[in-house]
Amino acid sequence: MSTMSFLDRYLTPKLAIPRKTEFGAGILVSGTILACWAIATYTGFVTRDFLPAPSDVWNSFVEKVSNGSLQKHIGVSLTEIYLGFFLSSVIAIPIGIFMGGFKIVQAALEPVVNFMRYLPVTSLIPLLILWIGIGLEEKVAVIFLGTFFQQIVMVSDVARGVHADLFNVSYTLGATRGQIVSRVLVPATLSGVLDTLRVTMGWAWTFLVVAELVAASSGLGYMILQSMRGLDPAGIFVGIFVIGFLGLITDMAFKWIKRLVLPWEYVGK
Amino acid sequence: MTEVRLENVSVRFGESKATQITALENLDLVIPEQQFAVIVGPSGCGKSSCLDLVAGLNRATEGKTLFGDTLIEKPGPERGMVPQNYSLFPWLTVQKNVEFGLALNNTSKAEREERAANYVEAVGLTKFRDSYPSQLSGGMKQRVAIARALAVDPEVLLMDEPFGALDSQTRSVMQELLLKIWQKERKTVLFITHDIDEALFLGDVVYVMSARPGRIIDTIPVNIKRPRDYTVTTSAGFVKLKRRIMSSLHDEVDKALAIS
Repeated sequence: MSTMSFLDRYLTPKLAIPRKTEFGAGILVSGTILACWAIATYTGFVTRDFLPAPSDVWNSFVEKVSNGSLQKHIGVSLTEIYLGFFLSSVIAIPIGIFMGGFKIVQAALEPVVNFMRYLPVTSLIPLLILWIGIGLEEKVAVIFLGTFFQQIVMVSDVARGVHADLFNVSYTLGATRGQIVSRVLVPATLSGVLDTLRVTMGWAWTFLVVAELVAASSGLGYMILQSMRGLDPAGIFVGIFVIGFLGLITDMAFKWIKRLVLPWEYVGK
Repeated sequence: MTEVRLENVSVRFGESKATQITALENLDLVIPEQQFAVIVGPSGCGKSSCLDLVAGLNRATEGKTLFGDTLIEKPGPERGMVPQNYSLFPWLTVQKNVEFGLALNNTSKAEREERAANYVEAVGLTKFRDSYPSQLSGGMKQRVAIARALAVDPEVLLMDEPFGALDSQTRSVMQELLLKIWQKERKTVLFITHDIDEALFLGDVVYVMSARPGRIIDTIPVNIKRPRDYTVTTSAGFVKLKRRIMSSLHDEVDKALAIS
């Protein structure tokens, strides 16, 4: 190992690298981006009305926190996204599992689901505003419609991928059809369902911000739009960073939940 | 006597006549209670179709499959199965995998744990009882599958090339282990393999199957006394039987590969 050249060590596909190097590489890239940003703004290379400096963004952040407006917007956005996402998941997961497990459910639902799936939810926003206004309900509806059909399709793919051999061997152990569903099909899909939730959560954030940009009276998307109207790019950056960090935290939470409920996927790793 | 009986059974796959594949044709087979029966045949000859019929996972296009006096129409816990690809439940530990069948029929927790622990011990995996399948080697996984099938106390054990994916050393250890357990439990076994040595080493009777469409072309009682260990595989009697099977299979393999 010690005699390996730099090229051998780092440019062989899939070869493991030291943990320290792994960490360092991440820091290096993020650090470089941050440094470029600082240099570009503080030297006056880019005007600060166009691209705010890191300290401008920080000051704007502190101001928004101290007057309580940021917390309020975060609170509104989180309520909207978790409510919409929760409602969608609770209904989509069982439907998806049944669609993947039973041909008749698949045959019945597939045309509608696929039609709705390819319909961009953003095109429904005007209609939703006409029907239910611009409040919480409309945001929840946008997130719901945006994630629901995707989740059904993804979960049904997961359920369809469960090997029939598992069912067959369970039948020979005396399982009834109900037990096949509850003790084989459902646990077998658990891992894939959690992956689906993690991926669709990312999309839900996008739908939320779009919905808030179009019409809202609070929320992070609204905050970003207000900053634009006030010619305050620093405020826009605060909004973007907060959304990024909230996404990062959500993603970490999903990884943590996965470790907790799927111990068999992590043993010995 | 609860014997397994296949009466004039044919199995065809495919809907239209033109594309239909005949897996089994007019097959007759009777496996008496407690017999260790082995079906050996070229790959793709319909051995597994035969096993699926007895398991109740497939139905005959013509003819009857009986267990004792009852027609086999669906799977049941009296006919346990050990598939080739293990098919363990990845989310359950070794112990819980073996308990699975018992949990289905509401056996009490205490009895379930005790029975399962006994079978985990019988296959030599007590040290691994809390491991998950992903942590086990192929041979260990197959031992779990055997313990899982035995734990529900089936009358017949159906084994579909269970050691086919194992390396040859592991395979011979598994064969001896299986015989040791069978010696104690004395269940009817229907074992499918394409390995002639394996068939003769394990079986009371070896049924030789033809290339597709599958029929039984030879029935060979294996008069090698038990308990057997690996040394019998080089005995004169064993070699003689092996030659007999090889010669009848040779023509069938040619047919299967369409060489002659």
